[in-house]
Amino acid sequence: MAKLALAATSGKSCKILLGLRLLAFSATLSAAIVMGLNKETETFVVGKVGNTPIKATFTAKFDHTPAFVFFVVANAMVSFHNLLMIALQIFGGKMEFTGFRLLSVAILDMLNVTLISAAANAAAFMAEVGKNGNKHARWDKICDRFATYCDHGAGALIAAFAGVILMLIISAASISRLVQPNKFCSTTASPSVVP
Amino acid sequence: MVKLTKRIGGLVLRLAAFGAALAALIVMVTSRERASFFAVSLEAKYTDMAAFKYFVIANAVVSVYSFLVLFLPKESLLWKFVVVLDLVMTMLLTSSLSAALAVAQVGKKGNANAGWLPICGQVPKFCDQITGALIAGFVALVLYVLLLLYSLHSVVDPFLLQKS
Repeated sequence: MAKLALAATSGKSCKILLGLRLLAFSATLSAAIVMGLNKETETFVVGKVGNTPIKATFTAKFDHTPAFVFFVVANAMVSFHNLLMIALQIFGGKMEFTGFRLLSVAILDMLNVTLISAAANAAAFMAEVGKNGNKHARWDKICDRFATYCDHGAGALIAAFAGVILMLIISAASISRLVQPNKFCSTTASPSVVP
Repeated sequence: MVKLTKRIGGLVLRLAAFGAALAALIVMVTSRERASFFAVSLEAKYTDMAAFKYFVIANAVVSVYSFLVLFLPKESLLWKFVVVLDLVMTMLLTSSLSAALAVAQVGKKGNANAGWLPICGQVPKFCDQITGALIAGFVALVLYVLLLLYSLHSVVDPFLLQKS
């Protein structure tokens, strides 16, 4: 079987891909961190005994809602994947398995795109229920009382959606890289093998 | 001969995915229950929750797309485009399924910290139909992930088996 010529390129498109991966890594990591540290405690008056009001303290944390827990975990996983791909691109120049490295990068990118889009959407719809309530199910909205919690959650959601768009572009680039099989992205040049 | 088997396998997968998405769509749209308690009558429909509306729309888009791709001729140049569109459809499916699951989970178990009561006790048939629609949506998602890998395999040649 004729050996294929392996030529490492560190062309301009590779640098753009590296920049996109860095952006996606920072976006998903910040989304995970902001939502993970999201917590607000408020004290409300819940009733009166005679003339003295009774106060009760309520806390809003991200792990009260399973959708937000999934959001934090999924964003952490996707940022770890991006970190791994960045490390592979910078330090992995010597791996020469024919096509396997390209394929695994493309497939992992596709799986992570679906993961992050699922997490971002689940959290977005739960946040919509929390912001507007639901008349039919008689669920009260919580954003009028926990305004800071809602604001931080909105910020984390925006970062996650930016991560979704970036991951989609990265995945499209990885798939298109499969079509031209001789272009690995690495910053260390390896000798090309001539058939 | 191998090519024909592969092509038939792809067609069967896509037909099954079309069927699953269509089933999820129909089951969710026809879910409707009227319950009354304390002289108050409430009707539960799928349009009550935004997440369920998104689920219906996403599955409708996926069904129409699958149906159209079933008739794509073999030598068409659009097959490379089908790979990208398959990825977009998979994203649509996962996002709509996870959003509907998140809201349905609150409907079933409630959220004690926010003071939200579960509604499945009052409208059990509605809850069962929503569960069925979500299961069909999950089957459609799994089939679409397989289809995505299959399109990738047949359009690009990921293991570089063909001599260039």
